[in-house]
Amino acid sequence: MTTASALTPLPVLIPLVGAALTLFAGRRPRLQRVIALAALSVVVAVCAGLLYLTDRDGVLALHVGGWGQTVSGMGPLGITLVVDRLSALMLVVSAIVLLAVVFYAIGQGIRDGDERQPVSIFLPTYLVLSAGVCMAFLAGDLFDLFVGFEMLLSASFVLLTIGASKDRVRAGIAYVMVSMVSSLIFLFGIALVYAATGTLNMAELAVRLDGVSAGTRTALFAVLVVAFGVKAAVFPLSTWLPDSYPTASAPVTAVFAGLLTKVGVYAIIRAHSLLFPGGGLDPLLLVAALLTMVVGILGAIAQSDIKRLLSFTLVSHIGYMVFGIALSSQLGMSGAIYYVAHHIVVQTTLFLVVGLIERQAGASTLQRLGGLAAASPLLAFLFVVPALNLGGIPPFSGFIGKVALMEAGAQNGSVLAWLLVGGGVLTSLLTLYVVARVWTKAFWRSREDAPEGHLAAAAPAALLDDSEDIELVDRDDVGRMPVGMLAPTGALIVVGLTLTVLAGPIFAYSGRAADQVLNRGQYISAVLGKAP
Amino acid sequence: MTTYLVPLVLIGALASAGVYLLLDRHLTRMLLGLLLIGNAINLLILTVGGRSGNPPVRGRISDGETTTADPLAQGMILTAIVISMGIAAFVLALTYRSYRLTRGEEVSADPEDTRVSQMSGKDASALDEDRPQPGPARDADAPDELDALPGPQGPR
Repeated sequence: MTTASALTPLPVLIPLVGAALTLFAGRRPRLQRVIALAALSVVVAVCAGLLYLTDRDGVLALHVGGWGQTVSGMGPLGITLVVDRLSALMLVVSAIVLLAVVFYAIGQGIRDGDERQPVSIFLPTYLVLSAGVCMAFLAGDLFDLFVGFEMLLSASFVLLTIGASKDRVRAGIAYVMVSMVSSLIFLFGIALVYAATGTLNMAELAVRLDGVSAGTRTALFAVLVVAFGVKAAVFPLSTWLPDSYPTASAPVTAVFAGLLTKVGVYAIIRAHSLLFPGGGLDPLLLVAALLTMVVGILGAIAQSDIKRLLSFTLVSHIGYMVFGIALSSQLGMSGAIYYVAHHIVVQTTLFLVVGLIERQAGASTLQRLGGLAAASPLLAFLFVVPALNLGGIPPFSGFIGKVALMEAGAQNGSVLAWLLVGGGVLTSLLTLYVVARVWTKAFWRSREDAPEGHLAAAAPAALLDDSEDIELVDRDDVGRMPVGMLAPTGALIVVGLTLTVLAGPIFAYSGRAADQVLNRGQYISAVLGKAP
Repeated sequence: MTTYLVPLVLIGALASAGVYLLLDRHLTRMLLGLLLIGNAINLLILTVGGRSGNPPVRGRISDGETTTADPLAQGMILTAIVISMGIAAFVLALTYRSYRLTRGEEVSADPEDTRVSQMSGKDASALDEDRPQPGPARDADAPDELDALPGPQGPR
């Protein structure tokens, strides 16, 4: 047993074991926190190790239980876990984000929580979510991918409706229904793929799907793209997202916004490049990407609640990633991969900052906010760095990712690609407009100028959202920002800046990852143990 | 591979009934819709897993059939059933909670969505606008003696 094969299952195993232990330790909150933090810290280390090993040795494949190639002519029969450069990068970034957010949630709970806070439910569920995300990135089998999705979705249902207030139940119902429909479409796609090929192992599928007629291939790909498109929130399948995410508590929204949609994007990359290269849907995906970008950001302009506004920018920026994928070129794919990494970090950071704003100012809507720059220059700094990064101001990583995508579009040279380049620039400018609006309203003007500036939420809400509106003057002083919330937010900003400072090596890595994704031979031979 | 028409028609019927129920606003009907579609897809997996009558154990002969039945299809269906059972329990809990909170089980529209969609262009621009500054009052009518009186805007 090599180091690599010992490390591969750990990102799924450790959070699951951690979830079980935290459930057992339900009555001992301190122990529970230690377990959760330790489990996710180990996952970060393991994922970093996997990143190093894959970059050095190529694709790692593990047949769980040794059920690899058994009968000639049949694919691997058991569960296959595969790590290539793309999944290793996704794993590392997700693990860092998961650790930072759990730190933030614990910090918030310690400072603002009371005995009613359902922390004893929160941590185990959060760990199951982490395991599901890692499982989806590791899956070498379509059905395992489905199971990974279901794990993270079931956990996300619980996290979204924690406390079960009226708003959250309403948002939760919509979210559960849409997610379940997308899962059923995915399962339907799995059944069709199985009918067409007789296997679900992705490497074996990649070989066998080449023998399927073009029309059937396109139909199968279309079913899977619809299923993944709902999860990734690609227009017109994106309307569920801004309705459901903003009602959850800040750390939950942050981790959802950062990771869940990106799992969908990852699945689209796999289906597009490994299973159905040249699947014939690229023009459709390009149009969907354009509409996602433009419609999403126009939605953001109309919002006054910062959480909703950020949810719309989240939808809008998924368009950039789909754009890069649909170009089917090396530069487009590496731009998309870099952009996914950048966007996970930046979007999570922004939602964590909104959590801080909500705690300090007692509101997250622009109708009530004002004067934050004077009240807390530190908070203003924490907001402005990721906000400018999201808007694509040079030299931040958002700018680098967008430039790579624009170049790839120009390289493609078709009319549609140029339209997308134009749409991308427009979206970038409008994103800047949107964050600048938040900046001028929430940070610069005085709070007396806000139409509802005199109102605020009574108490800082940690995980629940049941506090009443009161007059701002009656609100108790919440004190300074807790270190437990500041430190992870700051750490994620540093990670975001690292993506800028080390852009050369990281972009080179995503280029190598894109090479590996587009040349399926390495993946196939690593899993099947033979040349394709 | 030969396929029989009856299971396919059944799958189609279950799926369409499921979609119809899912489009309702009542939570119980939506759940039933989900379950019906789930069953349709499970049946589809079973249908694509090979013809019926094959022996489940390797090396046996059942009713003249020698090919072993595909265990993978049944494994997948089992997993899918377990998952949908868990989700159904969660949705039922959510339904009960929603009933407790609102005394009904119809899903309401998103209030924020409704608010945004009902705004006119003018409202939208004033959504989070700064408090209106008192501007100089426009006094377009002919001057009369009232204008000479001191007021909030001063004498004109």
